[in-house]
Amino acid sequence: MKKIELQATLENTTELLSIIEKELEEAGCSMKEQMKISVAVEEIFVNIANYAYGDSVGNAEIDIDVDNDKKSIVILFKDCGTPYNPLEHEDPDTTLSADEREIGGLGILIVKKSMDEVSYQYKDGKNILTISYTWSK
Amino acid sequence: MLNISKTQNDGVLTIELEGRLDTTSAPDLEAVVKSDLDGVKELIFEVRKLEYISSAGLRTFLSAQKIMNRQGNMTVMHPSEEVQEIFDVTGFSDILNIQ
Repeated sequence: MKKIELQATLENTTELLSIIEKELEEAGCSMKEQMKISVAVEEIFVNIANYAYGDSVGNAEIDIDVDNDKKSIVILFKDCGTPYNPLEHEDPDTTLSADEREIGGLGILIVKKSMDEVSYQYKDGKNILTISYTWSK
Repeated sequence: MLNISKTQNDGVLTIELEGRLDTTSAPDLEAVVKSDLDGVKELIFEVRKLEYISSAGLRTFLSAQKIMNRQGNMTVMHPSEEVQEIFDVTGFSDILNIQ
């Protein structure tokens, strides 16, 4: 288990992704699967950076647990910002045409569709979003 | 890191993307979309060398598509299997003309 704490800013997205991609690479995860996981991580982290602390800046804690045998990864994203469950956000209607489509909600939709499990809890003053994914399928 | 190369020929603008179209780089492409589409009848995104796309990149494609709906056609060419999968799960496969 690896624990990281960093400022939730857009600039830190790249650093977080490189840490996670390195873990995945060492576990033998293919580029294709790495991309899928990275996109999900980016969407969640960017949401925290943009919205969790309003106009101010706060930290995000990220716990990364890679299981080499099961070829799986579990990532917890924790922040102390405004309580918000992104899973309650209504999914965008993916059947609409370009002109009718709104730009919001795409990120969390990608997370929900691409990861095996996504869950949210609010505990001890923290938003905790957990994603898990197994790549040996 | 995203490389954006543009080739314009009459009303046809080809934008070749190489690298990662993510939160950090999408604003660069958004700027091109906002400033360079005047008089363009056909917009082609060549994405063969695009390795990664997140929702910020999808939103840029969506705004380009909305502009091109009013003035011509837009095509996204040669996405990798990984990029295609992102288009599929978000319903963008139905919105964009992908070849």
